Amino acid sequence: MSQINEARKALVRRILEGAGEASPTLRQAAFHNSGLAGPQGALVDKVAKRAYRVTDDDIASVRMSGLSEDQVFEIVVCAAVGQATRQCDAALTALEAAARKA
Amino acid sequence: MRLQILDSGHRIGTKALFALIRTVSRQPVLDIVKLVKYRPDFYGGPMSAVTQEAMRGPSTWSVADRELMAAFVAKTNQCEFCTKTHAAVARRAYGDENKVSSLQSDLDTATVEEPLRATLLLLGKLTREHTVNADDMRTVLAAGASRQQIEDALAVCFSFNVIARLADAFGFFVPGPEAFEAGAKYLLERGYR
Repeated sequence: MSQINEARKALVRRILEGAGEASPTLRQAAFHNSGLAGPQGALVDKVAKRAYRVTDDDIASVRMSGLSEDQVFEIVVCAAVGQATRQCDAALTALEAAARKA
Repeated sequence: MRLQILDSGHRIGTKALFALIRTVSRQPVLDIVKLVKYRPDFYGGPMSAVTQEAMRGPSTWSVADRELMAAFVAKTNQCEFCTKTHAAVARRAYGDENKVSSLQSDLDTATVEEPLRATLLLLGKLTREHTVNADDMRTVLAAGASRQQIEDALAVCFSFNVIARLADAFGFFVPGPEAFEAGAKYLLERGYR
């Protein structure tokens, strides 16, 4: 499935480097779940670690902090893809280590 | 849906497509469809390419096995929408209602062959704890999974660790079973493109 790796890379490139309503800096911060404070940081951290607990108020607070709906859409996507990427990369590293010692 | 743009901010042609879907399926348009069709150049297009490859690309895991993995990852993420969606697809793909139900209720006692069981346990740990180690991988390899099978399973896990988060963060509406059955029929026939 080498195609899957290319497809994953294309997805990450698009959401982080392509055109968007949120700045590339904000999208990077959401992807890495790093460097965001206040409601934006709280929402991104929830999406990454316990998305089932996100509430209407979490979204409303980020909107009140000044982000448009499109910007919220983008940072939530970046947060979800970022966390899933970290998990997948950690697992592939572990698999490589297991295969090396096998 | 917590963002109005995802509910009704689509282009006119996409809205016409939704009307057609409602007419043909006699079911509401699922929120996952609304998500992937909103500004598809940003998320829906590239993510659909990932998911199609993970779920329908070449693999020694069957389509039913991969749909079961998707349902299992979704359940571990506590995502009701994705769990119901992919349990319905897995049931249809296996042609076995009980296998999916028992696997989802208790993996330790369910009748499931290795290396699928060990692989599901790995995906569960990765999803729950966000990481796994080399010993976890050795366990799955010892259970009979090939390295390629583990990589294929991790691709499924990636997709549903993204999608489940978005479903919960955006507040997907969870419809009745008829809508999930219609969605399952579509996903088996047409895939994720």
